[in-house]
Amino acid sequence: MSTVAQPVTATESSARQSVTLAGALNRALGDALEADERVVVFGEDVGPLGGVFRVTDGLAARFGESRVWDSPLAESGIVGTAIGMAMNGLRPVVEMQFDAFAYPAFEQITSHLAKMRNRTSGRVGLPVVVRIPYGGGIGGVEHHCDSSEVYYTHTAGLRVVTCATPADGYRLLRQAIDSPDPVIFLEPKRRYWSKETAELTVDGPALHEARVVRPGRDVTVIAYGGMLATALEAAEMGRAEGYDLEVVDLRSLNPFDDDTVTASVRRTGRAVVVHEAAGFCGYGAEVAARLTEQCFHHLAAPILRVTGLDIPYPPPKLEAHHLPNADRILDAVARLQWEDEPGA
Amino acid sequence: MTEGLLPTDEPIQLIDPAGSRTVTTTFDLPDRETLTALYRAMVSGRRFDAQVTALTRQGRLAVYPSSRGQEACQTGTALALRPQDWLFPTYRDSVAVVTRGIDPMDVLVSFRGDWHCGYDPRQHRTAPQCTPLATNTLHAVGLAHAARLKNEDTVAVVLLGDGATSEGDTHEALNFAAVWKAPVVFVVQNNGYAISVPLHRQTAAPSLAHKGIGYGIRSFRVDGNDAAAVYATVSAAVSAAAAGAGPVLIEAVTYRMEAHTNADDATRYRQDDEVAHWLERDPLRRLATFLGLKGSEFDDEAELLAADVRTRAGTDASPSPESLFEHVYAERPVMLERQMVDALDLPAGGRSGVEGLEEDGRGTR
Repeated sequence: MSTVAQPVTATESSARQSVTLAGALNRALGDALEADERVVVFGEDVGPLGGVFRVTDGLAARFGESRVWDSPLAESGIVGTAIGMAMNGLRPVVEMQFDAFAYPAFEQITSHLAKMRNRTSGRVGLPVVVRIPYGGGIGGVEHHCDSSEVYYTHTAGLRVVTCATPADGYRLLRQAIDSPDPVIFLEPKRRYWSKETAELTVDGPALHEARVVRPGRDVTVIAYGGMLATALEAAEMGRAEGYDLEVVDLRSLNPFDDDTVTASVRRTGRAVVVHEAAGFCGYGAEVAARLTEQCFHHLAAPILRVTGLDIPYPPPKLEAHHLPNADRILDAVARLQWEDEPGA
Repeated sequence: MTEGLLPTDEPIQLIDPAGSRTVTTTFDLPDRETLTALYRAMVSGRRFDAQVTALTRQGRLAVYPSSRGQEACQTGTALALRPQDWLFPTYRDSVAVVTRGIDPMDVLVSFRGDWHCGYDPRQHRTAPQCTPLATNTLHAVGLAHAARLKNEDTVAVVLLGDGATSEGDTHEALNFAAVWKAPVVFVVQNNGYAISVPLHRQTAAPSLAHKGIGYGIRSFRVDGNDAAAVYATVSAAVSAAAAGAGPVLIEAVTYRMEAHTNADDATRYRQDDEVAHWLERDPLRRLATFLGLKGSEFDDEAELLAADVRTRAGTDASPSPESLFEHVYAERPVMLERQMVDALDLPAGGRSGVEGLEEDGRGTR
């Protein structure tokens, strides 16, 4: 590589600090570029501008344009060339500007990025990370708010992960960049500016692992990405109504961490799955089916889904009707066939 | 501003269809040793192609898209590559892949239905033969750009067809390559048809090579049945790209003598007299005549190749069902491990490290 990066301040990422999700992801990219000269970052507006959400802010100046650069405006081109770069030993991290703008890259992602390792019997792996800001809740106009996760989770060969908090966003992105597999990295736009005081470290749950964020006895609420905070809000509100909710952050949507999730559901006996995307053929359908198959004799009630409506993503003034909120989660909780008082 | 970007009015030709030297100043004629190597590769390639077509008719292969008629394009391109360069072929480029030195039986793995790719792309610097049209153009640009970033002397040469030039990925690849000045050479084999659709229903451009000017890419149009011209043009393009001059677009005008695949019927969309016209322009006979060869010089060698393919294709490979669960990810995820144990009815006790399996030995999925 022709660019010599500036020395990193090793303590920068390890001390406890107040940081936004966007800032934590920025830190993760900078630390990954620092740690491995094979890592390159490119996409639309990711250079001097720093990305429309500023996740790549300052990286082009710090690492030079042979490591971080603006590509022409073409998503298939971005993913397709990233595949070629990975074939030649680089570890590209590319950005799709918005969820729905990633669709031109769909063929490259599903037909090549996902399958090259399998096609070549393990001889050519593609360690590419495709970062996709996704989901609603920001008052975005059409094409800027899709929850597109199942388009990717249905494709074997892709790892699909979502981050929900700054500290876990840092961890997950570092893990994704280090992964030998291609990773679809979904970033919930509505949480980009949420802050957390935490130490940024890669230690903790692995790339494929879910985590119990809030322990509880009565119901397992399964969420990911932008809905984790909503699920935690429901858990706080639910306490006043007498429900003790356990909240699981899936983190990895594919592969699915059966062990962590089934252990929780076997403990609580009830489950609600929450996501922004439409419910029909949505990710919650897979979760409900798996849990029913694996936890049937532990279940006291059917697994319920709290999801977006089965409609095209609505305009900003109507999106509140579409997106799950804490009240809808608690409504679902109340329908879980309680014969006795919660907790009994 | 546009100097050098447009192709010449007539395709570049060094040897005419009658086997005589064409008067041209564009490129020098390759030396006799190179021309003989091209001829030899074309004889082998045609025999390989005929043998595989016959095996397909016998039901030994699932499908085969023939290269017959396009041997000059494919051997001329493959032999113009240096060892450190990468080739990005399509499904129709088996002769190019065999010419690159890959075991013919490894090339046939995908067409036999044993697996999707039978050779090691890294060992041979040859990407898997690409089935979706034009997607490989972007892979070539990415690989070439990475080579530049790493200061490697590597050029990527990508093969595509006339139909693929209508795809969006071709546009994006030409544009990315030009903007990045990536060392990549696009070789379009214009064989006249995208399955059944003739070129005039594919494009309104004066030629496919004319598309280069819109991207700022130097473009050449070459007689694709003249192996000498293809070799000379691709060689010059590889040298220029390696020297940092950026990408090159080459349109090689040729003809697909067979149907699209064994499953296609070309008589439904093209006439016999058109095929007869192209038989007159046969790339092998042209070069044999020019070299003063009888045309049978390398037949024994080609026959040995065909016999070897026949023998080895006579034995059915028996891929293991367990291989279905390999290389989906770098490490098999637990959920896939459980599905494998369940689907294949494997005894869990015989497998170590699989947590979550029920005691009766069946997977939980």
